[in-house]
Amino acid sequence: MNTVERNMDLIVDKLSVRAGGNLLVDDASFRLASGELVALLGPNGAGKTSLLRAALGLMTPTSGTVRLQGEMLSSLSLPERARRISYLPQQRPLVWPSPVRDIVSLGRFAWGCAPGRLAGEDLQAVDNALAACDLLDMAERPADTLSGGELARVHCARAFATGAPLLLVDEPVTSLDPRRRFQIMELIRNQVRAGVGAFVVLHDVSLAARYADRLIWMKNGRIAADGPPEKTLSEARLAEIYDMRCRVEGLRVEMEAPL
Amino acid sequence: MNFRSLLIPLLAAGSVLALFGALLLGSTPMAPERVLAALFSLADAADSTVVWQVRLPRALAAFVVGLALGGSGAALQGLLRNPLAEPGVLGVSASAALGATFVLYYGFAAPSAWLLPTAAVAGAVLATLLIAAAAIRTSSVVTLILIGVGLSSFAGATMSLLMNLAPTPFSLFDMINWMLGSVANRSFPDVAFSAPFIAAGLAVLFWGRRGLAALSLGEEAAAGIGLNVRRQRLLVVAGAGLATGGAVALAGTIGFVGIVAPHLVRPLVNHDPARSLLPSALLAGLMLVLADIGVRVLPTNTELKLGVVAALVGAPAFVWIAMRRRTVSNSEA
Repeated sequence: MNTVERNMDLIVDKLSVRAGGNLLVDDASFRLASGELVALLGPNGAGKTSLLRAALGLMTPTSGTVRLQGEMLSSLSLPERARRISYLPQQRPLVWPSPVRDIVSLGRFAWGCAPGRLAGEDLQAVDNALAACDLLDMAERPADTLSGGELARVHCARAFATGAPLLLVDEPVTSLDPRRRFQIMELIRNQVRAGVGAFVVLHDVSLAARYADRLIWMKNGRIAADGPPEKTLSEARLAEIYDMRCRVEGLRVEMEAPL
Repeated sequence: MNFRSLLIPLLAAGSVLALFGALLLGSTPMAPERVLAALFSLADAADSTVVWQVRLPRALAAFVVGLALGGSGAALQGLLRNPLAEPGVLGVSASAALGATFVLYYGFAAPSAWLLPTAAVAGAVLATLLIAAAAIRTSSVVTLILIGVGLSSFAGATMSLLMNLAPTPFSLFDMINWMLGSVANRSFPDVAFSAPFIAAGLAVLFWGRRGLAALSLGEEAAAGIGLNVRRQRLLVVAGAGLATGGAVALAGTIGFVGIVAPHLVRPLVNHDPARSLLPSALLAGLMLVLADIGVRVLPTNTELKLGVVAALVGAPAFVWIAMRRRTVSNSEA
């Protein structure tokens, strides 16, 4: 791997996060390169969201470092970080019935742009994101008229519109039906094909195994395993991480019963 | 050119017209040419006095109070992501009035004219800080509004206590004026003492308006797209506190205009809290100037208080907005 490629990376090194006496993330290290899709798996409370937030600088780590494209994350301004990593959080509370285009436009916030006055590159990026998520024909619809699946696409488009080389997504498909889950994963996969490095928290192991190049398994704040699905997905792993008895055949997973 | 891009010019023109109308109308209506002559000091002394000493400062007072309350309301709604947030509902106005009442009670108003607005601003900023601190801990806006209700009640009770103990009927009358809200008998110096606070507050809010648009995604995503959420919160608290404090120092507590104006403006600006700021301020200013004209023209024995009229119109509107409220996604308290 040459230096240019390495500079596109997110490198998280020995990161620990402690909050209110609890160790949420314990000595976690991983890296994310452009053009790969990494899924973060683990039970509720494993520390996935905390790891994500600390890697974004939204949570202050107790120890460890985060390097973004060769620079310390803490040395970058907030807009500079936002231009380099796009973040799609788990909670996406919209309270105003804003038009889809305005919501997606906020993806350009870190570039100094505001909804309602888009021009040039910003406008192009928003249009591309709308097109990528198949939202062009509902660009003017108010958010309160959209279905859950449509809203999920709007949030994805918002995250894509930034044009950041890295994308961190927290449970993008949790409340969606099977078809919509695949749709959203396809959208993310398309970004990855275009060179984006995506780090996605998932609860659906089969979906993760199908779409991710690499799986990172997390439990009790620690990263238990990190590797391609073929190597890290096993019955023993699922028992260890989820306390579930499962049957695994290749990349197919069948959950049978809690242990 | 569409209607949306004309919104601000229309509101500005409407405000100028309403201000001019406020000079024409009153217990003795004056013809436009007499008002114009008086404005440019070509008229007799009596007309000049009526226009320059009575009507213009009063109308301007109503307008700047409206600007402050409308702008603060729009900004607080953007920050707290709730259409019911407003200085009055959140207890900011009552706390500012309490600050003013203290100064009146202890007779501090006489030594320095700056003391009253300063005390009102201090009360407002304190209350806004409390609300914002609570907003960090809870995402439930219901909690915030309940805290506001508590603040209002406490400020109201303390004011009642001060009135109860009021040393002279004169100071009692002053305090009642503050609680009811009015711009009657305001002079240019009165306006001048509050205007800097209001101007500074509105400038802070306007300067930080872009962040309000980001907050419409929720605080987590707003931080993700590069907004310094803590700084944004402080900006709105400081701005709304300054503006509301200045407004209360000038006119006492005038409620609900900070809810109604942004509510009417929002659909015209795609529900963007950033873009609603200036039109909401202008519309609230316009509404208060018109309401004050109404108060003056209505043939009542005792002149109605502007704050009373605002509440009579605004409170039902508040209930109506609260009842129609729904959220876009399922994840809001």
